[in-house]
Amino acid sequence: MERPAWAPQGIDLSVPSVSRMYDFYLGGSHNFEADRIAARAAIEAFPGLPKIMQTNRAFMRRAVRHARAAGVTQFLDIGSGIPTFGAVHEIAREGGGDARVVYVDNDPIAVAHGRAVLESQEGTGVVAADFRDPAAILGSEPVRRLIDFGRPVAVLLVALLHFVDDSDEPAAALARLREVLAPGSLLVISHASIDTGPRTAAQGSRISEVYRRGGATLVLRSRAEILPFFDGFDLLEPGLVAPPDWRPEEPVDEDDPVVYTGLVGVGRAA
Amino acid sequence: MSTPQAGTPATPERSEVPADGLRRFARIWCRAVYPATATSLTRPEFEELLLGLADTLATALRARPFDPSSGRGVGEALVAAHCTDPDALPRVLGVLDAYLLLYCVDAAGLPADEARIRCTRLQHAMAAGFSRALQARTRHEQESLSRAAVTAQREIGAALHESEARFRAVFAEAGLGIGIADMEGNILDVNSALVRMFGGSEYQVRSRNVLELGHPEDAPEVWRMQGELMRGEREQYQAEKPYHRSDGTVLWTNLTVSLLRDAEGEPQYMLAMLEDVTERRLFQLRLRYQATHDALTDLPNRALFFERLEQALAPGSPVGRIGLCYLDLDGFKAVNDSLGHAVGDQLLIAVAERLQSRISGPGRLLARIGGDEFVALVTDPRSPAAVTEVAEQALAALSVPVEVAGRELLVRASIGVVEGAAGELSSSEVLRSADITMYRAKAQGGNRYALADPDRDARAISRHHLTHHLPAALKGSEFFIEYQPLITMSDGSLEGAEALVRWSHPRHGVLGPDRFIPLAEHTGLIVPLGRWVLQEAVRQACEWQVRGIGGPRPLRVNVNLSPRQLHHPELVEDTVAVLEEAGLPPSSLCLEVTESAMVSADDQELKPLRQLAELGVGIALDDFGTGYSNLANLRYLPASTLKLDRSFTQGLQQQPADPVDLKIVESIVSLAHTLQLSVTVEGVETQAQARQLRELGCDSAQGWYYARPGPPERLPEAV
Repeated sequence: MERPAWAPQGIDLSVPSVSRMYDFYLGGSHNFEADRIAARAAIEAFPGLPKIMQTNRAFMRRAVRHARAAGVTQFLDIGSGIPTFGAVHEIAREGGGDARVVYVDNDPIAVAHGRAVLESQEGTGVVAADFRDPAAILGSEPVRRLIDFGRPVAVLLVALLHFVDDSDEPAAALARLREVLAPGSLLVISHASIDTGPRTAAQGSRISEVYRRGGATLVLRSRAEILPFFDGFDLLEPGLVAPPDWRPEEPVDEDDPVVYTGLVGVGRAA
Repeated sequence: MSTPQAGTPATPERSEVPADGLRRFARIWCRAVYPATATSLTRPEFEELLLGLADTLATALRARPFDPSSGRGVGEALVAAHCTDPDALPRVLGVLDAYLLLYCVDAAGLPADEARIRCTRLQHAMAAGFSRALQARTRHEQESLSRAAVTAQREIGAALHESEARFRAVFAEAGLGIGIADMEGNILDVNSALVRMFGGSEYQVRSRNVLELGHPEDAPEVWRMQGELMRGEREQYQAEKPYHRSDGTVLWTNLTVSLLRDAEGEPQYMLAMLEDVTERRLFQLRLRYQATHDALTDLPNRALFFERLEQALAPGSPVGRIGLCYLDLDGFKAVNDSLGHAVGDQLLIAVAERLQSRISGPGRLLARIGGDEFVALVTDPRSPAAVTEVAEQALAALSVPVEVAGRELLVRASIGVVEGAAGELSSSEVLRSADITMYRAKAQGGNRYALADPDRDARAISRHHLTHHLPAALKGSEFFIEYQPLITMSDGSLEGAEALVRWSHPRHGVLGPDRFIPLAEHTGLIVPLGRWVLQEAVRQACEWQVRGIGGPRPLRVNVNLSPRQLHHPELVEDTVAVLEEAGLPPSSLCLEVTESAMVSADDQELKPLRQLAELGVGIALDDFGTGYSNLANLRYLPASTLKLDRSFTQGLQQQPADPVDLKIVESIVSLAHTLQLSVTVEGVETQAQARQLRELGCDSAQGWYYARPGPPERLPEAV
């Protein structure tokens, strides 16, 4: 007998969490010993990981700014993790405006933390739900309260889809989200990949193994496997590229080529 | 252009270095530090931040009095900008050490030694500020995370509790009975619905083991499936299962048992859900009973009888032989007609009880399959005799008159008995054979049984078939009449003819009256059929008379009248109408009534015949000598002729004739003549016979010696 959706899973702090590992990569202290051990092992397996994450974070920042410039004021950040500095609502509200932002994560601690941090932030909300259950996301109270699907919404799947195995049918979940999005909505994706950058397949296998030991799936996908996630969207210039190459705000002169690891893109719903 | 940091402490003095010096310093600083940061700021943004910090430092360097504490603020600002990597600090300090004085201090304004000392002290302060801020930040983040973890735990705990409470409520309040047992079958928990169903206390139910809950009516597969489930070979099963209630009554349930496994997939518990279907089951049984039993007698009905018969005859059935007694009451219609349906029904109930008490038993099924038709199905009789024994018992059961509505009614029945191997028969064949045989028993006078004779059956056409087709045959002119000449013995002249009805059956060919008249009599169709025969024969006689066939004396036509016709209220009226319509004198018609019909009729019933006789219609007493006539009564019957049964004339066929037969015929003729009755003999086949009978004084004769029955146009040839 399967446990019903309303019966939550427990918390086990001896198990690393991908969102707290991410925080560690970004220099944060929102992590426990188990997260740090796993994160260090991941960095050892895949050197340059913190830099990659920082670049990824910078891409998200540019993508949110682009969305704002395109007039999008509603954001759905799925797999938002621990909200640290430079969170979506901070970027989206640069220069004023009352952008509405809903953070979604399946990690109960990330959600509790997010709620504590965002308590006083009007126009933001936190949802405890899983990307693989779009109905739970769309039907949640914060989404219904804050997001008007009659207008464009930017859906952010930043460093998320590589944690969703094909058997969990990420394309189906995306299609379900796509159905409710108004024309002009944006889909922001960044995805782990070794199609770009200097990392090898062996390093890719090693980091996947680190995550697997921690109870998580890490799927490094190829460009050809990532592109279909944009089905139903027009991929904006410059397309699906390495993170630094997506609409750089300054000349790209990064000396460490590891930042070119991964693929990012923004699609626009017609 | 740089602007002073808004929060920079103390002195009003402003940086007096050229702006491009600060800018260049900030650029160098940024290049060294940016790669080691985790900031989300872009490089130009970060550089802009550093430019402000550089200005703070430059201002502090020159301030009087010198206060290194603003260095702390710079360290804190770097941490706030997420420049938290331990690697970042040496880079920050290295750039300050190497370039701060070079780009940010006007050498003329500050002695070199003093500048170096101040720079060092600012670096110390900055490092302290950085460390303190990093420590504070780390503590804050750890605490906020821990708090989040605690909050999440609490929320999950609450949610689990709520979930548990909801499960508990579902369990406790469900209308379904729910029970949980361990893998040994020990019942661990039951809900109140289950306790209510079993009618005991919770303790009584919980102290049991699933394996003790057997019931004699359990389907065998239930325990097979339960075993598979307990061995982990099956995830679930569903069955209809009875249980003993604590008060000893039976609880019927729709049972679903599921296996619950733990996280490792090991069987852990068994979950049983029980729906009480006792009422529904009773209702279904009642419906089934009503559908398979006769409402009047409560005996199994036709549907159930056929179901059992077909089960017994089905391929693979364990039944080897079957026996069938097909019983039809004799004269039941008369009871219904004369005493009413209420009495008829009472009679049927009484008969059913009699039969039930005498012939029911293991391997025997008694059913009522029609109005007054009963069958006894015997499966695997010990011997063929065991089946006839059932028929004998049935007749014996009816031998004592039945008292119904204050009257004693003598009930008689005819029974057709079939016995045979189950594998060689079909249900319709068995029934057809039993039906034909029963009818044979009835034709032999009833109150008896007859045994099926496969050869006769093959020739016989089932009563049901003929009965079914009679009305259409009458409408479709499938009947025709043959005439057998009647000869005046004294001169051998043609006296008339007996009309004999035939059925030209489209499938079975020409059928004689013995094949269908009893059926027509049974169903009542004899009345319209008889009227048609009368009309046709009278019309034919008229035609012969008009054509002058048979000489100057008008030919007579004899028409048979069945018992039912005899009782028909419009007999006289109809007959007169037919004669008048055709214009035939009444004396040219003779109605033949069997001796048994006439003798059993009471005075009231003979009245129509008397009226016809008075009109001049001849009345012949047919088949005389087969019944048990009270000879003394003959004189009171309205008959004008005796027709001597052919059995008397058979003895006269041999040479020399049987003297006893001779004497009998002589006596009868003498008696008849005394009573002023003429005598007709039937079955005359030889010349010697004919001569004998003429010498004995018989008046007229018919038989193959003179002519066989034939179409009306052949009659003149018989002259």
